[in-house]
Amino acid sequence: MSALTTWTIPDVRSALDSRKISARELVKEFYARIEQANPKFNIYLALSPERAYAQADKIDAAIAAGDALPPLAGVPLAVKDVISTRGIPTTCGSRILAGYKPPYDATAVTRLESAGAIILGKTNCDEFAMGSSNENSAYGPVRNPVAPDHVPGGSSGGSAAAVAANLTVVSLGTDTGGSIRQPGSFCGVPAMNPSYGRVSRYGLIAYASSLDRIGPFAHTVRDAASVMSVIAGRDPRDATSSGAAVPDYLAGLDRPLHGLRMGIPDDYFGEGIDPEVRQKIEAGIRLLEKLGCKRVSIRMPNTDYAIAAYYILATAEASSNLARYDGVRYGPRVPGATLIEMYQKTRGRGFGPEVKRRIVLGTYVLSAGYYDAYYLKGQKIRALIAHDFREAFEKADVIVTPTSPVPPFRLGERTANPLQMYLADSYTVTGSMAGVPGISVPSGKTSKGLPIGLQVYGPAFGEDRVLHVAHAFERAGGSDL
Amino acid sequence: MKISRDDVLKVAALANLELTDAEVETYRGQLDDILTYIDKLNEIDTSNVEPMTQVVAASADDVPLREDVVVRADIITEVLEGAPDPEAPYFRVPRVIEK
Repeated sequence: MSALTTWTIPDVRSALDSRKISARELVKEFYARIEQANPKFNIYLALSPERAYAQADKIDAAIAAGDALPPLAGVPLAVKDVISTRGIPTTCGSRILAGYKPPYDATAVTRLESAGAIILGKTNCDEFAMGSSNENSAYGPVRNPVAPDHVPGGSSGGSAAAVAANLTVVSLGTDTGGSIRQPGSFCGVPAMNPSYGRVSRYGLIAYASSLDRIGPFAHTVRDAASVMSVIAGRDPRDATSSGAAVPDYLAGLDRPLHGLRMGIPDDYFGEGIDPEVRQKIEAGIRLLEKLGCKRVSIRMPNTDYAIAAYYILATAEASSNLARYDGVRYGPRVPGATLIEMYQKTRGRGFGPEVKRRIVLGTYVLSAGYYDAYYLKGQKIRALIAHDFREAFEKADVIVTPTSPVPPFRLGERTANPLQMYLADSYTVTGSMAGVPGISVPSGKTSKGLPIGLQVYGPAFGEDRVLHVAHAFERAGGSDL
Repeated sequence: MKISRDDVLKVAALANLELTDAEVETYRGQLDDILTYIDKLNEIDTSNVEPMTQVVAASADDVPLREDVVVRADIITEVLEGAPDPEAPYFRVPRVIEK
């Protein structure tokens, strides 16, 4: 990969302040990079130059007028294709939404634009955010910028890769079972999944509504914190968004870690973990100890049941949420003699294999006679997993785990067996089920140079604590372990 | 075998999803594997566990409902532009009501 200059949020600000570059010139630079690199990596599905240059000109006019600039003035932003952007194609990586242009913006997008960020375009992802490798996109897989014959992770593979390839400064992804954290780990960039309810889901095209969240990718934990400060908080348009006060995520970042209790669950280091991942995560834990964290052994006994319960609940919700794609209001239609036949053909041809698999599974577990055995059971297991986290946070301030049991794998290597692909999500799915925040931060590389991610969990609405630990880890050289 | 061809066809019909014969066979096998895996949940006795429906349910006071007021969006044109077969201000579909 050619070494493009990395721009962080403070880099953008100081270059604008010192008039080294205008916002318009910066946008132009990023579009030039994208034009060069996108054919190879397949990261962006749509670009929005008109809107980007209009926003850049507004920022440049504010600078010329000597006005105070908003916190993310001129910061290039990439948005996952499941997040609605008015007038910009939003396909969810699916043929069934080909050409769809939402008539409104997601709240997270509105907030970021109001804070001065510039939307460059929409990023590739697994179809309807269902997948762990980005190979389920109807528009072809993203290639991992660190190792192009490897997957970038998923489902927010394009958003992670856009940052890693220096084709944006920050990006938004979504996480239902690990879809922010795992691609962050695979592409070697910090990636934050906030608490459920911390960031409005308004305009996020639903996969599993009780689990879906929006969160940032960035070059640094500090930049992720800057984005969080803008997108967090109550939104009247999302009844599940929380009114809990939003702390200043940047304020506490540089405090020492001294005395913080770090819970290490033995249950996350059992069979199935790659030896190199284990080694680097253990080195990461030792680094955190050196920084003043106190290691505490904890148990999370229901971890082993998380995947099974997750694939009941997530697919059940998906089968209901995806009922709206029927060829009536948006996307292409496949004609049929009757209304039902039109629905069946449109959906049969519009959805890809993984989405169909999950709709069939989700419909099955909700169908008459199976509800108690599957859906209700899944909700009870979910309660037990949430209980594991509550108990753990009695003893520990944060929980530290690997983000993924495996490093990035090769394109095509794991597509034959969906269940095997699902099983690799167990470290992230637990936190999704419990609703707690988690961040993945780079923690060294394998001997082949493939990124490894360390995950820090905090209690619900403890984003500040999670960011604090991840920032200290990053500053102490965690990515070079 | 937990799931038959007929099960897959029945579920696909409930979901208004047309599947090819090859897809029915592939999904039957894969769902069988997944449901067999899911059976591990029966190892845990959950008879005394309350189901968890929502993360936010634990803090319901924290999630007040907004005022229910009508807001005009004025986006009918934009919405219809994205539809496969619009006839303003409607979406046209194959006939569902008998003459």
